[in-house]
Amino acid sequence: MEEIRNYTMNFGPQHPAAHGVLRLVLEMDGETIVRADPHIGLLHRGTEKLAESKPFNQSIGYMDRLDYVSMMCNEHAYVRAIENLMGIEAPVRAQYIRTMFDEITRILNHLMWVGSNALDLGAMAVFLYAFREREELMDVYEAVSGARMHATYYRPGGVYRDLPEQMPQYRESPWHKGGDLKRLNTWREGSMLDYLTEFTNDFPARVDEYELLLTNNRIWKQRTVGIGVVDPDKAQAWGMTGAMLRGSGIAWDLRKKQPYAAYEHMDFDIPVGVNGDCYDRYLVRVEEMRQSNRIIRQCVEWLKANPGPVMVQNYKVAPPSRVEMKNDMEALIHHFKLFTEGYGVPAGETYAAVEAPKGEFGCYLMSDGANKPFRVHLRAPGFAHLSSMDAFVRGHMLADVVAMIGTYDLVFGEVDR
Amino acid sequence: MSVNNETSLVERLAARFGDMLAVKVERNEVTAEVAPRDLIAVATALRDEAGFRFTVFIDVCGVDYLSYGKTEWDTDTAQGESFSRGVEGQAVGRFTWAERPRPADLPRRFASVYQLLSIEHNQRIRLRAFAEDDNFPVVPSVTGIWPGADWFEREAFDLYGIIYDGHPDLRRILTDYGFVGHPFRKDFPLIGNVEVRYDAEQKRVVYEPVSIEPRVLVPRTIRNDADLDQARAEAADRWREN
Repeated sequence: MEEIRNYTMNFGPQHPAAHGVLRLVLEMDGETIVRADPHIGLLHRGTEKLAESKPFNQSIGYMDRLDYVSMMCNEHAYVRAIENLMGIEAPVRAQYIRTMFDEITRILNHLMWVGSNALDLGAMAVFLYAFREREELMDVYEAVSGARMHATYYRPGGVYRDLPEQMPQYRESPWHKGGDLKRLNTWREGSMLDYLTEFTNDFPARVDEYELLLTNNRIWKQRTVGIGVVDPDKAQAWGMTGAMLRGSGIAWDLRKKQPYAAYEHMDFDIPVGVNGDCYDRYLVRVEEMRQSNRIIRQCVEWLKANPGPVMVQNYKVAPPSRVEMKNDMEALIHHFKLFTEGYGVPAGETYAAVEAPKGEFGCYLMSDGANKPFRVHLRAPGFAHLSSMDAFVRGHMLADVVAMIGTYDLVFGEVDR
Repeated sequence: MSVNNETSLVERLAARFGDMLAVKVERNEVTAEVAPRDLIAVATALRDEAGFRFTVFIDVCGVDYLSYGKTEWDTDTAQGESFSRGVEGQAVGRFTWAERPRPADLPRRFASVYQLLSIEHNQRIRLRAFAEDDNFPVVPSVTGIWPGADWFEREAFDLYGIIYDGHPDLRRILTDYGFVGHPFRKDFPLIGNVEVRYDAEQKRVVYEPVSIEPRVLVPRTIRNDADLDQARAEAADRWREN
């Protein structure tokens, strides 16, 4: 009888199911995983070190590029850390805008997740449906910030500008004309908030469509039920947060437990799983989309009824308006100093965390009083989740590794930073 | 996360650990400084004992205190004479730890900072352990207490060169295979030391010393004169309308 030895297999970094640049070195016994050694860092850009070399505001754009499918949530953690240290607070309208965009971001992220995860596990159609809605929400991103993804919209002390009064419309072109054009513009007659009202009325039915495709799908259940079971104690010790923790039955959500922005005024529920397997985490994320939709609707109603400032009036932090700069020497000086030197942040340290779609995204910020941070550390949920890969895929089959990568909801922008 | 919650945590920490921890509360955040030799005992107690139950491991990161409080553009002497060009100053990486500017309250160069979370008590705590030796920083590993510390400690080792004693697999994690140095140290240049390109003649990727110059676009400045208190007072006066 010939001796059968384990063999080593490289999974990625160029693999469609590796979600970017994961290199996974797998030691296999036939089809079974004996050991998994993820190699990361292929997308390491040294964001934290770059942030140390720039005034505080200039690093907001870097945060978008960390977890590049939940952009504004990353910005939120960073600006909250700065606000903590400076002892300033954004106006209440800005808090509601942030809450609304955090939830829009959560839906964007979960749509990406449900689409790509289904694609990994063999269901092509979900991806197409999910991207249809993503496009609608990205138009909201674009309307408010000018960029579809990397918005750089949040600022310490508020948000960059108020919501647009008019939702941009499609113009006639060889590709969009006649009835087609009219259909595309039906939601876009009014303001951005009107557009979002239409979206939130429509979205629950869209989620039903994804569920129709997956929830009772025999193949989907075969690939996810009982796979990657995470028990609650282990989840905590491995630093899991977000849907990974809630899927194991722990109702922990920073939006409820340590509320920030306007979440304490919001009415929403926290879905939890029972078995802690990939299927439960799928159900949790789908339900989170419905809850996010509820929150967006509440924010839209509040924002329609309550106009007001969206940025603090403190010119050491926020730029004065262009009009004022024409007449007021003081305003001109403030503008000049703010954009050439930035602002000094009082010495100290803080850890600010937000419930990002993937889990707890935290920013540990340390200032020595200068106009640049002394140390920024970004606690990415995906990094903590991926580190547990070896512990949870041992004994699973090779195909389940793909299900596990999917359920971790990895984005290498944040894992590698 | 009420103030009472933090106060009671500080009292519980003082009662349990006494002099082992130096605890302070700033902005409702509890920070405890611990000596590396006590770290394992303290961390185990924080995880297991009923009053603490910090079961969720959130984060470890390294910190390099070299150049803390040091600026590239001195503004203290600003009145009466013009500013110098800030880039002329002693920027990060242009002095050694022995020549460091403000030695008073910073005894050591490297620290390992832990963020922990207790779901049971809805509470956070930050631990800081300064490594004893600046040239060979060693801190015990907490991977035995929270397995989630594994990669975070690897990262701090990779980026700062902090050795985690007892770590089962202390390899580099974020930098390239064969990388030399610890890039997040303050004396490691932002532009790096080597650059990489594909050489068509040798038909392979080659490493060369960097060809770009370091530059400072915005000098690092600490302004004690323009304090935020002033800005707050101005905002309170609604001076814009006047």
